[in-house]
Amino acid sequence: MDAIILQILNGLDKGSAYALIALGLTLIFGTLGVVNFAHGALFMIGAFCAVTLSNVFQISRTVIDETRTDFLGNPLKVEIPYVVDWFGESAGAAIIDWAVPLAILFAIPIMITVGFIMERGLIKHFYKRPHADQILVTFGLAIVLQEVIKYFYGANPIPTPAPEAFRGSFDFGTMLGFEANQILYPYWRLVYFFFAAIIIAGVFAFLQFTTFGMVVRAGMADRETVGLLGIDIDRRFTIMFGLAAAVAGLAGVMYVPISPPNYHMGMDFLVLSFVVVVVGGMGSLPGAVLAGFLLGILESFASMREVIAFIPGINQVIIYLVAVVILLTLPRGLMGRKGVMED
Amino acid sequence: MTDQTIQTISRDPAPTAPAHRAKARESTVLGLTRKDLTLLIVVAILTVFAPFILNPFPADSALAQFNAGYPDLMQRFVIFGIFAIGFNILFGLTGYLSFGHAAFLGVGSFAGVWMFKLLGMNVLYAIVASVAFAGLFSVVVGFVSLRRSGIYFSILTLAFAQMSFALAYSVLTPITGGETGLQLAKTDPRIFGQSIADDGNIPVPSFFGLEMRDSTTLYMGGWEFTLNVGYYLCAVVMLVAFYVAIRIFRSPFAMMLRAVKSNQQRMNYTGLNPKPYMLAAFVISGMYAGLAGGLMVSMDPLAGAERMQWTASGEVVLMTILGGAGTLIGPVLGAGFIKYFENIFSKINQATLEGWFSVFPDGLSDLLVTLVYPFVGKGWHLTLGILFMLVVIFLPGGLVQGGQKLATVFRRDKNANAVEGPAADQRSQAGE
Repeated sequence: MDAIILQILNGLDKGSAYALIALGLTLIFGTLGVVNFAHGALFMIGAFCAVTLSNVFQISRTVIDETRTDFLGNPLKVEIPYVVDWFGESAGAAIIDWAVPLAILFAIPIMITVGFIMERGLIKHFYKRPHADQILVTFGLAIVLQEVIKYFYGANPIPTPAPEAFRGSFDFGTMLGFEANQILYPYWRLVYFFFAAIIIAGVFAFLQFTTFGMVVRAGMADRETVGLLGIDIDRRFTIMFGLAAAVAGLAGVMYVPISPPNYHMGMDFLVLSFVVVVVGGMGSLPGAVLAGFLLGILESFASMREVIAFIPGINQVIIYLVAVVILLTLPRGLMGRKGVMED
Repeated sequence: MTDQTIQTISRDPAPTAPAHRAKARESTVLGLTRKDLTLLIVVAILTVFAPFILNPFPADSALAQFNAGYPDLMQRFVIFGIFAIGFNILFGLTGYLSFGHAAFLGVGSFAGVWMFKLLGMNVLYAIVASVAFAGLFSVVVGFVSLRRSGIYFSILTLAFAQMSFALAYSVLTPITGGETGLQLAKTDPRIFGQSIADDGNIPVPSFFGLEMRDSTTLYMGGWEFTLNVGYYLCAVVMLVAFYVAIRIFRSPFAMMLRAVKSNQQRMNYTGLNPKPYMLAAFVISGMYAGLAGGLMVSMDPLAGAERMQWTASGEVVLMTILGGAGTLIGPVLGAGFIKYFENIFSKINQATLEGWFSVFPDGLSDLLVTLVYPFVGKGWHLTLGILFMLVVIFLPGGLVQGGQKLATVFRRDKNANAVEGPAADQRSQAGE
């Protein structure tokens, strides 16, 4: 029992990442009808926003501290970050410590801008082109973005820690009445899960309860009619693209402490997210979220030692296997809309 | 369907179909029209003289690093050419975008190495086995994947390829060698050959006694040309593969595939079942990929699972699109182009750049080096990505279409417009 709970918990954080990326992909597909292979790159850019902010906070000036000496007896050089100068000792240290959560604020405008530029500059010209061309051009864009990041940040993963308060694990088992140290779960993963839940709920609430969201939903159902009503649907869809980019970017920002970002993390997630979208059903937002969590949890179950002993290698292929089975049995995926890419 | 003729790189205006085809039937050599025969002969001449053509700079000159005429790279040109020709039979004719073709190449490689281990070092065993096994594997994958089309087909092929990669990397280690790759050993049985060569080493791949790595180097003035047995074997196989591809492109079978591409529903309404044709195309292109894998291990008897990763499948997509999907020569051009970039362009380092720009004043030369450096050397992927995007955006017909456009400009021949127009139309019908 405790093992099962542990696996469900383990699946949640990866599932959250899948769900967030898949949600953005589905938003773009559902509104603009574009298959965006560069979405993984947006996730990666988000992650590097966090890295950048953390680096910026650590820009320091060097001061010679006369009171202390190094091992040769010379006066010690001390690096003092400017942030500490400006905000004082404790506040400055806290800001540096909280770089990753603060990067959320930093990433939102950047991601929305990147999304706007992408949509207006490139994707706009591909609405009328076939899906294969959209896949190819965004695939090319993904390569370009990934190489640009590689040029500036190098090829190695860059570890960026979570704030001090969220390091370490807490004992989830004792809360449920199990023995101590049976179910240990890192705090940050829990944070990630709640963060993802809030973002997902936010996107759904935005689409469901605002006038803007209503127009967008109407546009997803029938773009032409909404246009005929005198609503500038293209502009709203552009904003939705920016929003989807922001969702992917935020997923990336918060994922940084879980696994150090490198330039190809986007591609690694992209392939799986596409599988998630297809399993959930093209164009279905709840489907994308459901499939994201489902596949994340399935993946972590498949990596249990008992399961691997029973079916060797299953942990490597489970997601693809599920995708193949679902695609062949349910033409629309789990919750796909009728008439959306059903061929 | 007057757009048959645009499949060639020839720039003749397309005449009305029946008259043209009747004329073509009269004058066939090897079952090829004169135009296709010319293309085949041009390609043959280029491949045979490639060691000379690709080495235009003297060996000790500063530009020698742009020489691509060394055996290893030339082998890769033709092997990836075969891979791309095969991929094009599927994508170019039917519009089905497979993101998992590298799996067949990988299966072919593993089958090839196993033949070296079990039977003997004759490359014939490896090549035959790699084609056969890749064919069998593609029957299975194709049968399942072709039940869906569009993006679902892409995802299914991707899923199969990723599964094969993951399994080859972990569970199937006894068969695939896992992380280290599958290597030859002195203890291998090699029923029809020797386990250990006379000199005490592992024997090298050969074709009835001709060792693949044998080379002759010709010195002419400052130039050095290396003629390699392995390269010429690959070249002959490539020419045969190219000839078969031309025949396929000109066959009624290809007509059927193009019909599937332009409107599958109408095909169904006419009472034809397109599935067998699609499966045949898929298997043929899988066998081409297997052939490439078999040749790859014949040149260097080592197979690793990373050959099956989806990025490798992405590479062949890049090659085909860059060169021109649906054209005969395009994929070969694209493969050569990308492999040249990968091997030559990536070698340019900061010192080389500084050498080039040293003619300019100091400040300007530094600026130029800083501006150019991100795009060369290790950053060549960036250049490739940008180039690929430009091609997809502006030249959906790839480099071949680019060549045709240039030709139109230079010829100022209004009739030639008839050629590139339909070419673009046809490309834009790809995908769905």
